[in-house]
Amino acid sequence: MSAVASSAAASNGAVAPNGAVASIRDLEVSFATDAGPVRAVAGVSLDVQPGEVLAVVGESGSGKTVTAKTILGLLPETATTSGAVVLTGRDGAATDVVAVSASKLRQVRGRDVAMVFQEPSSVLNPVYTVGWQIAEGIRAHGDVSKKEARRRAIEVLGTVGIPDPEHRVDHYPHQFSGGQKQRIVIAMALVLGPSLIVADEPTTALDVTVQAEILDLLRHLRDETGTAIVLITHNMGVVADLADRVAVMYQGKVVEQAPVGDLFTDPQADYTKALLKAVPRVGEGTVRAVERAAARPEGWAASEPVVRAEGLTITYPGRFRQPAFTAVDGVDLVIRPGEVLGLVGESGSGKTTIARAIAGLTPVSGGSLQVLGTEMRGAKGRDLKAMRPRLGFVFQDPATSFNPLLTIAECVAEPLVVHGRVRNPEAARGRVDQLLEAVQLPRSYGDRFPHELSGGQRQRASLARGLALDPELLIADEPTSALDVSVQARVLELFAELQKELGFACLFVSHDLAVVDLLADRIAVLYRGHLVEEGTGEQVLGAPREDYTKQLLASLPVPDPDAQAVHREELLALRQR
Amino acid sequence: MTSGEITSVGTAGAAPEHVAGRGAWFKKLPVVHQVRQSVGLQRGMLIAGLVLTTVFVLVAVFAPLLAPYGWSQLRSGDGVAFGAQQPPSAEHWFGTTVGGYDVLSRVVWGAQTSLLVVIVAVAASIVVGVLLGLVSGYFGGWLDRVLVVIADAIYAFPSLLLAILLAIVISGGQSSMWGGILAAALSITVVFVPQYFRVVRAEVVRIKAEAFVDSARVLGTGHWRIMTRHVLRNSTRTLPLIVTLNASEAILTLAGLGFLGFGIEPTAAAEWGYDLQRSLADVTSGIWWTALFPGLAIVLAAMGMTLMGESLNDLADPRLRSRARSGQVAGAVAATSVEADASDPENPASAEHSEENPKGGDA
Repeated sequence: MSAVASSAAASNGAVAPNGAVASIRDLEVSFATDAGPVRAVAGVSLDVQPGEVLAVVGESGSGKTVTAKTILGLLPETATTSGAVVLTGRDGAATDVVAVSASKLRQVRGRDVAMVFQEPSSVLNPVYTVGWQIAEGIRAHGDVSKKEARRRAIEVLGTVGIPDPEHRVDHYPHQFSGGQKQRIVIAMALVLGPSLIVADEPTTALDVTVQAEILDLLRHLRDETGTAIVLITHNMGVVADLADRVAVMYQGKVVEQAPVGDLFTDPQADYTKALLKAVPRVGEGTVRAVERAAARPEGWAASEPVVRAEGLTITYPGRFRQPAFTAVDGVDLVIRPGEVLGLVGESGSGKTTIARAIAGLTPVSGGSLQVLGTEMRGAKGRDLKAMRPRLGFVFQDPATSFNPLLTIAECVAEPLVVHGRVRNPEAARGRVDQLLEAVQLPRSYGDRFPHELSGGQRQRASLARGLALDPELLIADEPTSALDVSVQARVLELFAELQKELGFACLFVSHDLAVVDLLADRIAVLYRGHLVEEGTGEQVLGAPREDYTKQLLASLPVPDPDAQAVHREELLALRQR
Repeated sequence: MTSGEITSVGTAGAAPEHVAGRGAWFKKLPVVHQVRQSVGLQRGMLIAGLVLTTVFVLVAVFAPLLAPYGWSQLRSGDGVAFGAQQPPSAEHWFGTTVGGYDVLSRVVWGAQTSLLVVIVAVAASIVVGVLLGLVSGYFGGWLDRVLVVIADAIYAFPSLLLAILLAIVISGGQSSMWGGILAAALSITVVFVPQYFRVVRAEVVRIKAEAFVDSARVLGTGHWRIMTRHVLRNSTRTLPLIVTLNASEAILTLAGLGFLGFGIEPTAAAEWGYDLQRSLADVTSGIWWTALFPGLAIVLAAMGMTLMGESLNDLADPRLRSRARSGQVAGAVAATSVEADASDPENPASAEHSEENPKGGDA
């Protein structure tokens, strides 16, 4: 990582050192913002060898995505760049992306380097067929007939595992599932045979089972075509599954670079150690759940539950004479006082719908749902009045769950004002300070506005608001999914402490088995609106009975490369059965 | 738990900035803030717009002091008639009209009429449009559908035709000063209400789905409180822009009404559109001053407000806003969320307090 190469690479006849397909030297990027320039990348040097998967990990704001975009020259106009990014194509020609002209850059993109984006649905143009979109890339790089381009599009779709490619090539993006769309995006990246693919969080928007398939695909492509991959991710499990070498970024700098095995077994930098410690692992919470269960008083199991759902069915009315969509279908659930029920499922499983129904935000269409003694089916606003103050809710995205025009203190005081406990937010200040202290926020933060807090701080304030009325039941809908791992670890810890102290019952909704495992006494697994399996963490995660639960568990990558290799074999065996 | 020594301190630098910014409160005032924020051409447009608009408002407010004569004055103090179509002179800087009025006085008094119409029209359309948009967007259902159809129907009318119709209905052909101003303002209001309605309704529909409104609903907050405290305050962001753009449109509509003869009588108040119409015949006979000055007044007043509105509009949108670019890589790295420090693992809370709250001190 010396600075010698940068001066050589700055000239037009860029030289790629030591045979790397991409060589980044002393890269610095800053953005012009309203508050003056902000530096996103501060002196990054990286090499990517042919056929290697280099994972760049870091939390939000660490500069990993900006680094990735620089490799393709995709930064917006407000960015100022210095340093060198030298790409070497399959033909051996080297290009310095930072210094090269726009037209030259267009030639390099797709041919030498391609990108796979995070959100496949927004990358594909909905009004063109996928075949057309792949062919467009081919025809932009050379005079290829329509027929030939189509043939190659079909071929590459077959490579990425789209079944029946001759037929599917004429389909539109909306006719594919999320995982298939990401395969198509990978096909588009692959079609010109680039020596390097930059994948920016390629599986973050996908469910774990689909994520496992996409990671398999990327691994196969690397083995078969010898394409190097730069994998940008925040998920240590994904890193353990796919990467050969890892670069850890923090505050715009690479703090550590190591082969994947060394990084997990013997991390050097303090930051890496902290990051690895914060990653939740399945099985950590089981011991505590057993302890809690042992401490319950006699006759607790027979006590009146705070939530009782019997045959709960929730449908969303269809539009334009389409049939109604059943989001939740015949679910039976019980939450007893002081108990934490973890509700796990992939997107579309109906977990959030159940949470919203319990809070009275979504009407119940069939079966019975009793919350704190109130029947929710057919309940009107007036019927819910008595129940409302006994229930708290923590929303998924802390950025949007606060009114941006009110201070944190006013937001936290809102429940108290609405239910007439105090006349105005000022009068509630004593209680608000108490609550902020309970969630470990300094009292003075009450005078700040939501945008002046970080994500983790906002979610803690959100917890304070949920607990303002001392509720018997708290509903937490994916409260940590928008947070970085380390922040998530702190919020979960706080959550567990408060639950222990205040003893409220809780419905904890999450897509992440490891997170649920940390907190829940019992875990319920949802799949397409049905309750597949329910039991203690020990039962569900230790010895799952249902195939779906097994697959879910096997798809979750373990943040340890050796264990993950074993784990992967298990998943493969499970799939073949 | 495992992560005792990790503390999250990711304020992303926002907090210190805020504290520092509190001293200069005037820098945060709406327009001042935008002027400071803008650069280059956008700044030029904004300042030009501001200057023109300020001059227009000042002239309107101080018309009694600035105008040498009254708007319907035909004779000077000693009883001598001005005479019709007199060229510019020391007594009449802008000459006189075909009806024998002083052009300069008419232009100055006309600013006052315009400003009154703009204020009444914009105020009335904001109140009505915002209220309807809020109710319609928040409750939805059949009321919403009916109101949207009505708004669309009003859009379909040529706005000037609608204004003429209403001017006749409201004033009944009679036009005193206030009668004329109200007639003109209210007919403009009817044209503008759908715009405010649409904008506010769209924002309300968006805000209604935000998590903080859900969180208010979970608490059992009443509809009226949600509407006023949570929804309305967050949906009015774009209104100042429409106001400035509509103000210029109001001036043009008023002038149009006057030009077509549905405006205010010359004896009731000075009005630029009317003067322009009366000077039509003069233009062909080489009498330029009767048409030039009222026309110029209309153009400058409308342009000032449009420039202001357009540049405020661009500045409000981060994608359209231009920024000063630094030639070199500069700036500090914003803090990310993890701090791998060696704080006491037994007591993460206290360590965090001291870190997160460098200012110390409670509220």
